[in-house]
Amino acid sequence: MKKSNLVISVLALVTVIAAVVFFEPVEPKKTVAVSDKVKIGFVYVGPVADAGWTYEHDRGRLAVEAEYGDKVETVFVESVSEGPDAERVIAQMASDGANVIFTTSFGYMNPTIKVAQQFPNVKFEHATGYKRADNVATYSSRFYEGRHVLGLIAGKMTKTNTIGYIASFPIPEVVRGINAAYLAAKSVNPAVKFKVIWVSTWFDPGKEADAAKALIDQGADILMQHTDSAAPMKIAEERGIYAFGQASDQAAYGPNAQLTAIIDDWAPYYVRRVGDVMNGSWSSTDTWGGFDTGMVALAPYGKAVPVDLRKMADEARKAITEGRLHAFTGPVNKQDGTPWLKAGETADDGTLLGMNFYVEGIEGSLP
Amino acid sequence: MDHGLLTSVIHAIVIASTPLVFAGLGALIQERAGVLNLGIEGLMIVGALAGFASAVADYPLVVSVVVAALAGAALASVFALLVLRLYANPVATGLALTLFGLGLSALAGSQYIGRTAPQVSEWIIPGFNQIPVIGHAFFSHDPLVYLSIAMAGIIWWFLTKTRAGLILRAVGENHSSAHSLGFSVLAIRFLAIISGGALAGIGGAYLTLVQTPLFVEGMTAGRGWIALALVVFASWRPFRVIAGAYLFGGVSIVQLHGQALGISVAAQWLSMLPYIVTISALVVIASRGRGALAAPGSLGITFKESK
Repeated sequence: MKKSNLVISVLALVTVIAAVVFFEPVEPKKTVAVSDKVKIGFVYVGPVADAGWTYEHDRGRLAVEAEYGDKVETVFVESVSEGPDAERVIAQMASDGANVIFTTSFGYMNPTIKVAQQFPNVKFEHATGYKRADNVATYSSRFYEGRHVLGLIAGKMTKTNTIGYIASFPIPEVVRGINAAYLAAKSVNPAVKFKVIWVSTWFDPGKEADAAKALIDQGADILMQHTDSAAPMKIAEERGIYAFGQASDQAAYGPNAQLTAIIDDWAPYYVRRVGDVMNGSWSSTDTWGGFDTGMVALAPYGKAVPVDLRKMADEARKAITEGRLHAFTGPVNKQDGTPWLKAGETADDGTLLGMNFYVEGIEGSLP
Repeated sequence: MDHGLLTSVIHAIVIASTPLVFAGLGALIQERAGVLNLGIEGLMIVGALAGFASAVADYPLVVSVVVAALAGAALASVFALLVLRLYANPVATGLALTLFGLGLSALAGSQYIGRTAPQVSEWIIPGFNQIPVIGHAFFSHDPLVYLSIAMAGIIWWFLTKTRAGLILRAVGENHSSAHSLGFSVLAIRFLAIISGGALAGIGGAYLTLVQTPLFVEGMTAGRGWIALALVVFASWRPFRVIAGAYLFGGVSIVQLHGQALGISVAAQWLSMLPYIVTISALVVIASRGRGALAAPGSLGITFKESK
């Protein structure tokens, strides 16, 4: 009796430990003793299956594998919370022999810099941040160029003149997107109003859905989002209104609702940078690519978008690609009425990267 | 705020709160039997996936709910085996159950990316739904909302009015005494665990069937933990679980609407509000002294039959 209990207890303990270890969000060590493969690590803020932000980064990772085949080995850790946990995961990757590590969320900025100091021989690439070092490069996309096109479509298509915007955190990237979309919408529809809800999370489908419902209940007939799940798209579909996909084509969730989506295409950048590491030409750079580099793309227009509007959107996109149009072109005032851009003046990258103010006309205040 | 908006706010609060009601009741029934199960989050997400899979396959709502309940109960029975029969530490086992449930649902759920479930129709209660403001807000919902309220009533009736409920509470209060009176502590706890697992599974399924009709991994986003806190907040009473869940859901939804209305309070403060309210309520309950904060006496203590 006692013996059998002991055996069963040990078995149970092993099962529990196995369960914990198996789902511990750190990739099992796959270090090969002698290996000339370039090892590439990716740290993701959400699950690969989020059908949004992280999903697109992972497609970039797969593109690297497809390009270089068995000359590279990639590892990734998903759903890593921003903060101390990120530091642990990044350091673990570095000490497991990664040659280059892509940290794919704004909140990994300080952990990345900190770990980079401890591992001077490892290259780091931090997405959407602004702190660099000799072995830390930064990269981001000019999502705001996509937001400009979304704003044009939204401004033209809204019947209630109310656009609902689900925002995550008041970081420059998000604020820039709101401003760019608003200015574009306003340029084609002076009566347009933006209602912004900050949900203080990148990924909580339930909360994003609740925010979407709140905005619709308050009169929004078009939704934009800067959070990572497809929940708002699904709610828009249910309620019979329109929405824009975020980070990835979300037409599957809103076949009628999706007008278009901003698609983050990281593949060209990841392939190029990994190539640089392999041939030794990597250096710490700051890349900010838009429509012109293919890093920002748009999903096919939804069937609700009329032909003339598609033309207008395509033209705006072409003008931005060719450098003839800037999403932030004066005259633009800040929310409090102080002048920011004079007529014809375009915003400089420094101001855009640190943008911490609403432009004139947006109601409410930044949290 | 006009009537129409007020109505939709309350309507949204009811929907946002319902998963918490189910999961909270699921935790409550276990804790009243003396079982501390920290695996609610894992049970919820497994139920969320199972219910969603059933709905995507076009089974009717009632089947999907039963499937979700069975999935929750099945996973809970693993917990029961480990904790009751093999004397594993309940805290560690519960945490493992959460991690396991999240991982399992992510693995099995990857094929459901991009799929959507059919919309659940509302059961409008005739007559009542004509009441101004609250009519639509409370009496035109999907059947699961009414089920959640009914479950609280049933559990209250079971715990306070039936002999079986009395035995379950006795096991939770003092398992040694209950054992010496000839009750099977393990059998009763086993039943409590699988019932609780079934309820948590339904709570998860509410997310994927009604609130956010899609499945992505990790979508319970901490609701299982809130449910555990709710049980303490409710001082282990079923109707207070409803009150707590609606309070929590209410503050969450109102802060979203407040922002859309342009009420300029820092969003971070508004996000903290539900938790602040919960903690304040705990303090008030605790300060009312003995009896009010009635944790079951044997809660979380492993029971071993003396040889």
